[in-house]
Amino acid sequence: MANHILSVILFLPLAGAIVLLFLPRENKNAIRWVANMFALAGFIISLPLVPMFWAVKDQPGFKFVEGGANNWIPSIGAGYHIGIDGISFLLIMLTTLLGWIAVLCSWTAIQERVKEYYVWFLVLQAGMLGVFMALDFFLFYVFWEVMLVPMYLLIGIWGGPRKLYAAIKFFLYTLAGSVLMLLGILFLYFHHHGMTGEYTFDIQKIYQTSPSITGTAAVLLFFAFFIGFAIKVPMFPFHTWLPDAHVEAPTAGSVILAGVLLKMGTYGLIRFSIPLFPRVAMNPTVRGWMIGLSIVGIIYGALVSLMQKDMKKLVAYSSVSHLGFCTLGIFALNPLGLSGSVIQQINHGISTGALFLIVGILYERRHTREISEYGGISNVMPLYATITLIMFMSSLGLPLLNGFVGEFTILQGSYMENKYWAAWAVTGVILGAAYLLWLYQRVFFGNVTNPKNEHLHDLTPREVLTFAPLLIAAVWIGVYPKPFFEVLDQPVKAIVSTVRPDYPLNPPAPVKAQFAPAASGQAAAAGGSR
Amino acid sequence: MPGFHRGDYLLALPMMLLTLFALGVLLIDLLLDRSSKVINAWAAFAGLAFSAAAVHNIQRAFADQAARGEPSSPFFAFSGTLMVDRFAVFFFYLFLAAAAITILMSVRYLEVEDEHHGEYYALILFSVVGMMCMAAGNDLILLFIGLELMAVSTYILVGFLRRDRRSNEAALKYLLLGAFSSGIFAYGLSLLYGLAGSTNLQQISMALGNAMAPGKARVVPAVALVTTAAGLFFKIAAVPFHQWAPDAYEGAPTSITGFMSVAGKASAWALLLRIFLFALGPMRPLYVPILVFVAIATMTGGNLAALTQSNVKRLFAYSSIAHVGYIMLGLIAGTAFLPNPDGIRGILVYLLVYTFMNLGVFGVIASLRRRDIIGDELDDLNGLFFKAPTEAVLMLTFLLSLAGIPPLAGFYGKYFIFLALIESGHYALATLAVIYVAVSAYYYLRVANAMFMRTAGDRVPVTISPGMWAGLAITGAATVVIGIYPEPFLRMVNWSMHVAQNPTVAQLLR
Repeated sequence: MANHILSVILFLPLAGAIVLLFLPRENKNAIRWVANMFALAGFIISLPLVPMFWAVKDQPGFKFVEGGANNWIPSIGAGYHIGIDGISFLLIMLTTLLGWIAVLCSWTAIQERVKEYYVWFLVLQAGMLGVFMALDFFLFYVFWEVMLVPMYLLIGIWGGPRKLYAAIKFFLYTLAGSVLMLLGILFLYFHHHGMTGEYTFDIQKIYQTSPSITGTAAVLLFFAFFIGFAIKVPMFPFHTWLPDAHVEAPTAGSVILAGVLLKMGTYGLIRFSIPLFPRVAMNPTVRGWMIGLSIVGIIYGALVSLMQKDMKKLVAYSSVSHLGFCTLGIFALNPLGLSGSVIQQINHGISTGALFLIVGILYERRHTREISEYGGISNVMPLYATITLIMFMSSLGLPLLNGFVGEFTILQGSYMENKYWAAWAVTGVILGAAYLLWLYQRVFFGNVTNPKNEHLHDLTPREVLTFAPLLIAAVWIGVYPKPFFEVLDQPVKAIVSTVRPDYPLNPPAPVKAQFAPAASGQAAAAGGSR
Repeated sequence: MPGFHRGDYLLALPMMLLTLFALGVLLIDLLLDRSSKVINAWAAFAGLAFSAAAVHNIQRAFADQAARGEPSSPFFAFSGTLMVDRFAVFFFYLFLAAAAITILMSVRYLEVEDEHHGEYYALILFSVVGMMCMAAGNDLILLFIGLELMAVSTYILVGFLRRDRRSNEAALKYLLLGAFSSGIFAYGLSLLYGLAGSTNLQQISMALGNAMAPGKARVVPAVALVTTAAGLFFKIAAVPFHQWAPDAYEGAPTSITGFMSVAGKASAWALLLRIFLFALGPMRPLYVPILVFVAIATMTGGNLAALTQSNVKRLFAYSSIAHVGYIMLGLIAGTAFLPNPDGIRGILVYLLVYTFMNLGVFGVIASLRRRDIIGDELDDLNGLFFKAPTEAVLMLTFLLSLAGIPPLAGFYGKYFIFLALIESGHYALATLAVIYVAVSAYYYLRVANAMFMRTAGDRVPVTISPGMWAGLAITGAATVVIGIYPEPFLRMVNWSMHVAQNPTVAQLLR
């Protein structure tokens, strides 16, 4: 199994979906049990990957590679070729964890068409895992599109009142971005053929040839990819599908949407946009736009969150703000910024995933998400209020919780490039504290003002179980993030050295730098001024 | 009469067998009572099978040719009027498959409509004969006869529901416009004959090569081109010659709508490729701008009109118009420079996958026709999932395939078209095309929304006959299998592209 662990992780959810197809529709509990077993098995099967990956984390290149170039459809040069590096490793672990949690949290929330729900969910899980594993553009594109369909159905069938609108909007936005990306991929394919005489979609081979594209073509290609990814992230101004999709999606859908799907966009930026077009990414104008959009996203998302009356919409807009930090870190284009960005992506999956679960729990009890309907909830649901407080603190970046580590590293990385970037971005942290604390105050503090809230029951053991892994992860990353940074060290340095061959990579190592920000700041400033 | 050899008849055998069986169906239909009309379907099916065996025989001859190490050359028959090359063999199989699936899907539909007659099957077989002539003709006369045989059979099939006013109206409209366009087409052909003094495609190509030499007046060739192209654009339903399609598709029996939209369209494309590549090849600089204009107009008109349709058959009529626009982009890319076979390959792949997915769509719609329920309004699909989950999921598969979502067959059609466009440097056209792909997803999703997310208005159960099941299973399986493992099908298309008989085309098709 060791050689095929990625394939096993990838196809286990699909196997689960096929098993579910053969269960009788009426037996809802059996379906739930089987789906949960497969989701949990999907998580457990990915755990051996942790020590295995740890052992090889410093080796260059992709690990656990399976298949090879051009072995799937030889006549067009597409192959089943998968493999991971530190970045995709962390995202895969996040996906298997959140996939299990999302399936677990749907136990009571989904009462109709249970069978289909779990089938689509498991298909979605496989699609997302495939995106993070693919080392072949064709395969990548297939997984990228495959995951659209189940998500569309999840929103459209089990969503809220405006589900049809939200589902179609989600689908069309993402499709529009990805077909442009397809054109970009095809251009790279011909460019590779022109240079080497070989028709292939293999990403590692295309890495070798794509940087030789220059001029307008490179900029246009960069944007063909960028728009596809930016819609997914979503970066301002491509974010308008997100609030609709989040608000209408069922809780588990929101968890996966925020936790994993958005990361596909940032992953794409890191994996493709930057290494494929290093010169465009380093172009001051292009980079300035990217940073500018990120900062606007951070502040805009936070400001809009402040104004929301609907809890879920608030969390949705806070995602725009948090993902702004991730893209800011990416386009800081130094090791701190990039690893901070990946850590923040994981953090966002954990914290925002938990926030959607939190909103979902209140919604399941009261069937409303209006903030004004609540107040004094901490009196009736003390355990729930405690967990919520921890997750809010994690999301707003309290030290010793995960959010702090990510945001701090990103700010540090961007400060090293340009102190004004960090100065603007930091306002997002302040606003983040404002909207979350204000939300907490309005919902949880004071006396119970609404009589309907007087008899809400506290968390069930199953609900606590859904939060437990997220709490553990939040504290772990907050207190001891070193292993995460070490896993990211090799791929991040590889990317930085592609983009900025003259960047001084060895000292300072990212982790140590975190506790000596002044020194590393000077070092980078010196490096930047050369 | 010059002496015809055994080989001539062997090459024409697929068509001759179909004609014989069609006549046979007409005869035995007289002996059958109302309850046993299904025997007609079986007889027609047997005709298709025998014809396929005859095509296979020709295919084996090509294999022998390759085994002897000779370059692939086409077989000519009847003084060079019939030219069977691998390209034609590919289309023969495509037409036969489309006709077979249509027959599977028709039986129960015709019973429900109470119009179960042997003529229906005979006409399908006759139209396949016409299509084969269109794909294998090397002579204007044969091509035109094939076109008319196909068209006349289809006019009658569209109006086959005698007691349905929509069907009658559609048939009349289709007949009038079709006759008009055939007239224009024939006028163009006559000009070509006037220019070349021959009806042979190679002769015409050579004559046009001379006529297009620098410094010569190009008025007559230009008029010939425009009129011929107009007639062809009508047959493939390209904007602005598409007006007949929505009405004809809506009024025709649903099974025939499916047949027209795939086999009819594929045969018109075969004819178009024969004429544009083989005869009009030297006029490429003149016709590419026309193609660009028509392709953009077709994608725009088809996609935008489909957005607002409330009748499913009309919606898919406009969707099929939009698909013609994409296919035409393949022709633009395929003739942009020499040698660039990817565009032509894109067309063949597109037609192949389109055959299965679109027949599947119309199969599902046809199965919704029940007593008193026509089942072709979008609202009739509401909540289909609750009534017939398998059908709904199949329909979703076809829809996503039409929208070009991988890994389904439809993706590869679009993939090759975009590939050829990028390869030939048509970036603006490619961008426009992918934007329309996103637009088209909207109307396909409207259908999916109705099936999965709305609740059913009626409780009439959907019963599906074994024939329909077989048809849906074949189309569904083909859509999924081509999507996941397209390699053998791509090889088949590559095989069919090895036409090396005509120098201009040989260059085009590599």
